[in-house]
Amino acid sequence: MAKPNSTNLGGMIWAYAVLAVFAFISVYPITRIITVSLRPGDRLLSTSLDFIPDGATLDNYRVLLFETPFLRWLFNSLLVSVVVTITGVALASTAGYALSRYKFRGRNSMLGGLLITQMFPATMLLLPLYVVLINLRLLDSYLGLVVIYSATALPFCVWQMKGYYDTIPPALEEAARIDGCTPWQAFYRVIFPLAAPALVITALFSFMTAWNEYVVANVVLQDTAMFTLPLGLKMFQNDMSTQWGLYAAGALLVSIPVVGLFLILSRYLISGLTLGAVKG
Amino acid sequence: MARVRLDTVRKVYPNGFEAVHGASFEVQDGEFVVFVGPSGCGKSTLLRMIAGLEEITSGTLHIGDRVVNDLAPKDRDVAMVFQNYALYPHLTVYDNMAFGLKIRKFPKAEIDERVREAARILGVEQVLDRKPKLLSGGQRQRVAVGRAIVRKPEVFLFDEPLSNLDAKLRVQMRTEISRLHSQLGATMIYVTHDQVEAMTMGDRIVVLKDGEVQQIDTPLHLYDHPANQFVAGFIGSPAMNFLSGRIDGSGDALSFVADETALSVPLGASDASLLRAHAGQAITLGIRPEDLYVAGPTAPNGSATSRWTLDVVEPMGNEIVLYVSSGPHTAVARVAPQPIPEPGTDTDIDLALDTSKLHFFDQETEAALTETPTADLA
Ligand SMILES: Nc1ncnc2c1ncn2[C@@H]1O[C@H](COP(=O)(O)OP(=O)(O)O)[C@@H](O)[C@H]1O
Ligand SMILES: [Mg+2]
Repeated sequence: MAKPNSTNLGGMIWAYAVLAVFAFISVYPITRIITVSLRPGDRLLSTSLDFIPDGATLDNYRVLLFETPFLRWLFNSLLVSVVVTITGVALASTAGYALSRYKFRGRNSMLGGLLITQMFPATMLLLPLYVVLINLRLLDSYLGLVVIYSATALPFCVWQMKGYYDTIPPALEEAARIDGCTPWQAFYRVIFPLAAPALVITALFSFMTAWNEYVVANVVLQDTAMFTLPLGLKMFQNDMSTQWGLYAAGALLVSIPVVGLFLILSRYLISGLTLGAVKG
Repeated sequence: MARVRLDTVRKVYPNGFEAVHGASFEVQDGEFVVFVGPSGCGKSTLLRMIAGLEEITSGTLHIGDRVVNDLAPKDRDVAMVFQNYALYPHLTVYDNMAFGLKIRKFPKAEIDERVREAARILGVEQVLDRKPKLLSGGQRQRVAVGRAIVRKPEVFLFDEPLSNLDAKLRVQMRTEISRLHSQLGATMIYVTHDQVEAMTMGDRIVVLKDGEVQQIDTPLHLYDHPANQFVAGFIGSPAMNFLSGRIDGSGDALSFVADETALSVPLGASDASLLRAHAGQAITLGIRPEDLYVAGPTAPNGSATSRWTLDVVEPMGNEIVLYVSSGPHTAVARVAPQPIPEPGTDTDIDLALDTSKLHFFDQETEAALTETPTADLA
């Protein structure tokens, strides 16, 4: 308190030291992957630690993009993930709102039920889901994946949205309704924009659920042309030898959309938007 | 502009709690009516039923010539200012005020004209493009009022709009809202728990307690002729003094004798004729602090003198507030500046009670016994 500078300086050094360690821990593996992806095909198992390997080449990327179905898988993954994201945002934002604002029969059991679904690991649900998909004739289809991914992501998203709506004062909708809004208008013109941080989390969570998923996709999809990226990448690991160069290049490209999405959406993650709505 | 009429309007919340028991009264076109009462007495519930934010359990509500029981808030043509302002945080001040007009599809030019006019009246022109979180409490309050006036509604509803402001700003906004009322000539219903706001702003006051309307009257009539002990004690500050006792004597020579003390107050002729029937019953006498005087030449004619112990003296400059006691009774007196003895357990002071300003209440029902019932203005 009395000498903020000295304490702050010590604290800063500590903070930066800790951050540097963690930054190194997270960045180092990525640099290794970059290195591997740049190695020419005959030197994959080299033990050199150079960042730019001897005879660095973009050949792995060329093969990946033009000689494998990588772009096709990318399209599949994007399609499934985007549809899951839209479904997740649309359903979680409205369901969470109803659960936050309206008292109706079955409300508490619904909230409890959503939580209970989170207690079972996805692998345990694999067999029942498989049976359901067979009966619905949704095996080997994007829709089958979308249904399962949405069902996996929704409980968390609904709870999360409900929790956020709970922090928005109901007086805002009341003001909107007196100003001339129908209940639906009050929701989408006032509450929906205010829930942006929660919507971003819902969107990211839904997207990631679909984008990274392997186990369910492996069961649902059989046709190579319909594979999502995680399944596709796994194919490089087939047979006797793993094509590490392709695998590394693919892994890097797969992470680009996610990083991009985080960067774009992170600015909406600032909370405290409702501050100043009420109270003086 | 419009009248608002309530006929035995009741509110029972889903948990079975009856927050408003059959309220019936009428707010005249262009009138400023204040709902006042302690916290939890049902003021907000009543106001929110008029706004359409709470369902009316039974009874009818008219706004203008329409029964609006089943109309949505947006169709009632009312505007409301909330206690916490409820400004839309994601919109600028301008868009907050324009919101209701945009929803109602007013032409852009008219929206602009109305918003700027309201901003001018309320002195928030400088902050039109700011978000609410950058405003001071007073500015938020003005924007909330502005959002109501741009719509030019039939009826304005205010729910404790000033209670989040500091004392000085509260006094200032109070006069501004009063001025707005005379400028717009609109029907306004204003909820507060602060009796000073009620007294200074209202054309008429509706006093509520436990969901029950206690009295509806003009501020001054309410002050001089409270219908029961609750209203008498709630309106006025410092509050009215109450002394429990009984009526004693016979014929015209009746007097009020306080319990457990020598305190005795002879009754005037009109009080005596009204109270004769209650002789011997337990009765509460009420007298306002300003109707007590230090005994002597400045006391009004026809006052009754009694001896009290002087506990505390608060000189206020323009007046002196005395806290006195006598046996189990305590009282507060507001007297003109004058030399007053040092207070203490053995300091006695003679106070004169203006016997033309006495109030009497039945101890069982708390109803006033000597007030002429208020003419029903509804
Ligand atoms: N939604 C509700 N459910 C049950 N009781 C309520 C509800 N809202 C308010 N009440 C009760 O109704 C009474 C009146 O509330 P309110 O009108 O808000 O009082 P005031 O505005 O006069 O302080 C209070 O006792 C309160 O606890
Ligand atoms: Mg209230």
